[in-house]
Amino acid sequence: MVEVTGVLMEWAPYLLGGVSITLGMVGIALGIGIVLGLPFALVQVYGARAHRICIGAYAWFFRGLPVLVLLFLFYFGIFPALGLDLPAFMVGAIVLGLRGAAYQSQIFRGAIQSINEGQMTAALSLGMTRLTAIKSIILPQSLRIALPGWSNEYPEILTDSAICYAIGVAELLTRTSQIVSVTYITMPIYLFCAVIFIILNYAGMWIIQKIELKVAIPGFGAGAG
Amino acid sequence: MGPDDIVLRVEDIHKKFGEKVVLRGVSFSVKKGDTVVVIGPSGTGKSTLLRCINQLTPPDMGRVFLHGEEVTNSGAKISYFRQKIGMVFQNFFLFDHLTALRNVEIALLRVRKMDPKAAREKAVYELDQVGMSDWADHFPAELSGGQAQRVSIARALAMDPEVILFDEPTSALDPELTREVLEVMKKLARTGLTMVVVSHEMGFATSVASEIIFMEGGRIVEQGPPHILMSDPAYPRTRKFVSQFADLAGQRKE
Repeated sequence: MVEVTGVLMEWAPYLLGGVSITLGMVGIALGIGIVLGLPFALVQVYGARAHRICIGAYAWFFRGLPVLVLLFLFYFGIFPALGLDLPAFMVGAIVLGLRGAAYQSQIFRGAIQSINEGQMTAALSLGMTRLTAIKSIILPQSLRIALPGWSNEYPEILTDSAICYAIGVAELLTRTSQIVSVTYITMPIYLFCAVIFIILNYAGMWIIQKIELKVAIPGFGAGAG
Repeated sequence: MGPDDIVLRVEDIHKKFGEKVVLRGVSFSVKKGDTVVVIGPSGTGKSTLLRCINQLTPPDMGRVFLHGEEVTNSGAKISYFRQKIGMVFQNFFLFDHLTALRNVEIALLRVRKMDPKAAREKAVYELDQVGMSDWADHFPAELSGGQAQRVSIARALAMDPEVILFDEPTSALDPELTREVLEVMKKLARTGLTMVVVSHEMGFATSVASEIIFMEGGRIVEQGPPHILMSDPAYPRTRKFVSQFADLAGQRKE
């Protein structure tokens, strides 16, 4: 037991480095997911038919393949074919992000469509342009409605991120495995890795919940009838 | 009355949805300060007519003029005309994430780009006009139907429109709430606001309207001042429609 504690203490900085790489990847992926997912959702609701079909095909592709297949496809196939020599960390973040965008666009689309159409009509009748109405009326409401569904994206992407082990990103699981292979201590170290994942997971969800409460509006959103 | 007094002129509006013809050539004009009440059986295109005026539903044919300027086919300028043509809806359509005050204020800020302090003052004033200043900080979900409708009237008023279109403003309300909304509308009519009101409230039509338009089957059947249209309509169809309301009120005269 003393030995295990000593090993953990010794390797803790290395593991924490893995944590920051994991969180970095998840952060970038979530960012890509929102930055692409939200416009994709708007196109799906308000866009022309041809554009809607493109977004539909995108979502169909990224939701239809296992993460591992996507990672290999991009890391060994698509990016090299495009002449892009990206580090594994970036490939991991981008693939998780593109995949997240496909899921998030569906979450945002549902939320946008749940806002009663009359509010858009009322906004237009006041002389707002469609874009102003989307920014001032539709998005502030649909983002609140999307938040509970969207908050599932963080644990999803966090847990998926461990798969980036397979393309050699030096994230938490990769580093844990390295320590195991050097020290030959298996169970306690994987357990420690698991505890860190659980803490990251629930700490993140707790923060998102705080945000949900902060932006809540009386009689409105998921909490209301 | 010279042509300068005409605020709104609607010329030969036609509209069909798919195969269903809803409007078959509707023309009328509204003078400044007038309250025109449009009545008629359900499904005769009254609401569509209102939506054709501010181009929420662009008509297939016909033209709309506001103070002589063409509203139809005005392209990007349509948002300018919509600022000048207010609209009040049957189901209020308040912005659910904003308080009553912010509902009134938002178009002043986002459309007219008013200074926040001036916009706030104007919103407070308009809420007061409809008797809702005590409810300024409440969200739509916390308001009764009558209160919500009054806020939506304040929201339309805030843009200083030339004319406000009311699309069955009391049809979603019970009699008590209907009365509080009609009181506000009567007051606005007295202050000289120009209004086009689609309504089934015959009492309101009789007491407030400068002119009543009776529509059926996508056409104007008859129009005229309320005392004539309600008591001595020229056409049998109008007579029948109007007498049904007299029946309901228990005051039928044979």
